[in-house]
Amino acid sequence: MKPAAFILLATALVLGACAPVSQTVDKAEKESSAYIQNKGSDTMVNLALLWAEAYQKENPDVRISVTGGGSGTGITALMTNTVDIANASRAIKPEEIAEAKKQGFEPVQFVVARDAIGVIVHPSNPVDHLTLKQVSDIYQGKINNWSEVGGEDRPIVRLSRESNSGTHVYFLETVIRMGNSKSKDLFSESTLLLPSSEGIIAEVHDNPNAIGYDGLGYITKDVKLLAMAKTEGSEYVLPSVETVNQNRYPISRDLYMYTHGQPAGALKTYLDWILKPEAQQIVADSGFVPVYVPGK
Amino acid sequence: MEELHSVPAWKETLVTRIIQICGYSSILFVILILYFLLSEGLPALWKADLNSLFSTRWYPTESYFGIWPLIFGSLFVTLGAGLVSVPLGIGTAVYISEVAPSWTKEILKPLVELLAGLPSVVLGFLGIQVLVPFMRRFFDLPTGLTALSGAILLGMISIPTMVSVAEDALNTVPKSYREASMALGATRWQTIWGVTLPAAKSGVITAVLLGMGRAMGETMAVMMVTGNAPVMPQGLQTIILPIRTMTATIASEMGEVAAGSVHYSVLFLIGIILFIISLVVNVVAFTLTSRKTTRSERLLS
Repeated sequence: MKPAAFILLATALVLGACAPVSQTVDKAEKESSAYIQNKGSDTMVNLALLWAEAYQKENPDVRISVTGGGSGTGITALMTNTVDIANASRAIKPEEIAEAKKQGFEPVQFVVARDAIGVIVHPSNPVDHLTLKQVSDIYQGKINNWSEVGGEDRPIVRLSRESNSGTHVYFLETVIRMGNSKSKDLFSESTLLLPSSEGIIAEVHDNPNAIGYDGLGYITKDVKLLAMAKTEGSEYVLPSVETVNQNRYPISRDLYMYTHGQPAGALKTYLDWILKPEAQQIVADSGFVPVYVPGK
Repeated sequence: MEELHSVPAWKETLVTRIIQICGYSSILFVILILYFLLSEGLPALWKADLNSLFSTRWYPTESYFGIWPLIFGSLFVTLGAGLVSVPLGIGTAVYISEVAPSWTKEILKPLVELLAGLPSVVLGFLGIQVLVPFMRRFFDLPTGLTALSGAILLGMISIPTMVSVAEDALNTVPKSYREASMALGATRWQTIWGVTLPAAKSGVITAVLLGMGRAMGETMAVMMVTGNAPVMPQGLQTIILPIRTMTATIASEMGEVAAGSVHYSVLFLIGIILFIISLVVNVVAFTLTSRKTTRSERLLS
């Protein structure tokens, strides 16, 4: 009986000694084949997915998972340290920073792309600039004829993306409600909701009565972009990569990624890559505005 | 060696059972679909405020769940499609079955079937590129994305269904009926209108109902050309205004909605309404002609 007990004891000891060793091996493996979790803004989810795919193709040892859920969801997940990167289509709020500090870390912000919405009309439409207020009134159904905003005597046909596209929500908040979060203003019910960017461009291209909007990157040369002014007195600015990057165009916002403290290792390499021209080309291809200006 | 002489009983039972399972499976699928629809959609009745549900404003992301504009939108476009497809569809069927010389028939029948096989998204694409701009210019409308464009496209889509069912019905009318009519001195047109069509009446009505059912359930083409504005139809001028159907609403919103939310349940409730409407159409079509079930059922699937 004695030798048997000894063997048991020895086995237990060896196993006990082994366990921590194998754990450290696991950790080391994890470092070399990094796993980055990325969660947040639904507006950015496609962009983040495209980045992740392109990056993983070049770096097969890095695995990146991307999920949506909304900017708030992403930042909350960052607080609980369940994700490495939170995507947000709005800047982090002061109370969220305070909450993060309470958790003992500082969220670090990266502007990874910009989102701008261009307001478009038929090329023959003599109207070439509008204020935010005018566009808001048009889309609420308060202005119904182009002559009321300096155009021809034509009815206005309002075009919009479907109500659950990120662009629709952003346009509703920034233009129709003019940034007032308490406002209950809505799109006029006669607004045409088209399922795709192509549908909007096609109808605006064909119809001199139409007004539409879309992410700047989706807008083609077949339609005419309007210069926009924040208020009646301020300058009218045409949207372009330059004016958006200079923060002069009123319907634009930054898209962010937040990390849990200063990023390091594979995470830092990934975030550096996102700001490189090749990754920013993906930004332009998905309808957003790159943060880097081509040729500069 | 003995096995060659007689099939063992267990094999016989096995094959019978397998075939039996295949047969029952389709019943099972229908029941499962129904159960799924009900369990996902009925909670909408208490999750969403009933006043909101039966109002006329549809703006689900801001919690306006009025489904009336969608129901009427669907009915309106379907009726419009009927106005296009019934005369054209029945006319084509009568021509193929009664008037056309056999070589024309040989060409026309496959062509109609080809039309039936055309994916509706392709028709929708043609609609956007050709029909919508044409409608706007021709009728001088604010926009060509209207119920009328949708009705015309849906009419085109439901014509093949109507033609093949109606043509089958006309073919089953015995030749002696026509001969008797001709012998009494009736012209060809009098024979068609007074004898053949009435004799095939139930089959022709089935054809119309199935065609309309097809139009009601159509999604893609309608989503592309009707403008999808959830406006309550008001009188006849609605035909030249944009409209939003139930199918287009489900298709464009289901992809982005959070599972289990009120919006999600309401979309399933709309699915239940569509299911009920198509059930009623099919039951009516079925009871009208029990003789013609095989052909119509083949088309339903």
